[in-house]
Amino acid sequence: MRIFDPHIHMTSRTTDDYAAMAAHGVQALVEPAFWLGQPRTSVGSFVDYFDALIGWEPFRASQYGIKHHCTIALNPKEANDPRCREVLEVLPRYLAKDGVVAVGEVGYDSMTPEEDEVFAAQLELAQQFELPVLVHTPHRDKAAGTTRTLDVVKESGLDPQRVVVDHLNELTVKEVADAGCWMGFSIYPDTKMDPDRMVVILQQFGTERILVNSAADWGKSDPLRTYATGRAMLAAGFTDDDVDQVLWRNPVAFFGQSQRLDLTGREPADSFEGNSILRGARA
Amino acid sequence: MMPDVSNQATELELLLPASARVWLAEARRQPLATAFPAAARKVGRARLGPGWSADQATRALLLVGAPASEVQDVYRYGDAAEKLAVLHALSVADIADGLQEQALPIIEDAIRTNDKRLLAAALGPYATQYLPQPAFRQAVLKCVFANVPLAVVDGLPKRVDQELIRMMSDFATERSAAGRDIPADLEAYLTSPP
Repeated sequence: MRIFDPHIHMTSRTTDDYAAMAAHGVQALVEPAFWLGQPRTSVGSFVDYFDALIGWEPFRASQYGIKHHCTIALNPKEANDPRCREVLEVLPRYLAKDGVVAVGEVGYDSMTPEEDEVFAAQLELAQQFELPVLVHTPHRDKAAGTTRTLDVVKESGLDPQRVVVDHLNELTVKEVADAGCWMGFSIYPDTKMDPDRMVVILQQFGTERILVNSAADWGKSDPLRTYATGRAMLAAGFTDDDVDQVLWRNPVAFFGQSQRLDLTGREPADSFEGNSILRGARA
Repeated sequence: MMPDVSNQATELELLLPASARVWLAEARRQPLATAFPAAARKVGRARLGPGWSADQATRALLLVGAPASEVQDVYRYGDAAEKLAVLHALSVADIADGLQEQALPIIEDAIRTNDKRLLAAALGPYATQYLPQPAFRQAVLKCVFANVPLAVVDGLPKRVDQELIRMMSDFATERSAAGRDIPADLEAYLTSPP
């Protein structure tokens, strides 16, 4: 099974996780920019984070033969903090970079006027930099938030094929399917969505335009939920080719729209800024 | 290795394939902050000869005439390939002469990182001309530590002084005491200037 995790926050994971992911077939991933579990208080904090997403984290991933790309954005939670809003001015520098394959995570958290403005501004940036968009849907009031998200996407004039609406569930998937956007599902140990519920959705909606991710981060989560979903699909009678489409070809097709996806050369680099993390590998 | 084919912008531009020159002309009318990172995707990364690839040459040419603050920002927000391109660009006389000592913070940052590629690229002709002697000595010693061959340091041997020889000799003594090898290219600097 080859796996492309289209949404995973590796900055909060250990090298053991990278090793386990590689052992279970994860060969590529996209790390979306989001918040850090605790609020940032300045633009500088974002910039250092973005630098890690384009530099340090791809290097760490490469130690395990995993290709790392990222998405860049001001996330909806922190769009509400005036100390963070100014990061919008820095975004164009990062959206022009080779390792950045989408604008994201954008969207709604509490559906405030500030979030409206920042969401719309970043959809415009996606047009300008010819990048697809990864949209987060709110954990509270999710159905209303999803409807409003789709309205904003429609108003922006973006091709829905270039937008993935993420963290969907049984109640929000149909609306996104009908809008023509890609459907994203975060498979968590307890919440959001689990492998067996995911299989039922795949049986109802088919395997097209669907992205399955682990969204693993600093909270209780599991970077192997993508693999578990592949196993659950096979147990339910899906073919190897179906699994390959959902877990590999779909994310390649979606992020490939950036023209920046580079899946060649998966051999490990030996140092990043001279900081070898191959501890124990050398005398 | 630092570029050794060309140190003039006009010569460098002649090395570029025609398609890259077309994009460069267009990119010069765009904001440097976004044209600079996009360059490798637009012109490719083909080798143009010793020292230069198409993306590095294009990025260097985008810096000709740019104010020091913009050059510093491009470096500050750059990924490793962009930072390397800025350092290589400082070996182009037309760029270095325009900036004078104002690009020194870039050199100092690159030396402070532990990225061997940045360290090596920082010690080109610009550092030879502008980097103060105490920082130059420390950077040379850092090369020895990091196994960056001293042959890449443009300022050697001409900036060798007694203090650097003392530092190199102490390093060699420390290595011997630990029963470890002394890098072969260090030996020339141990007793007297070569």
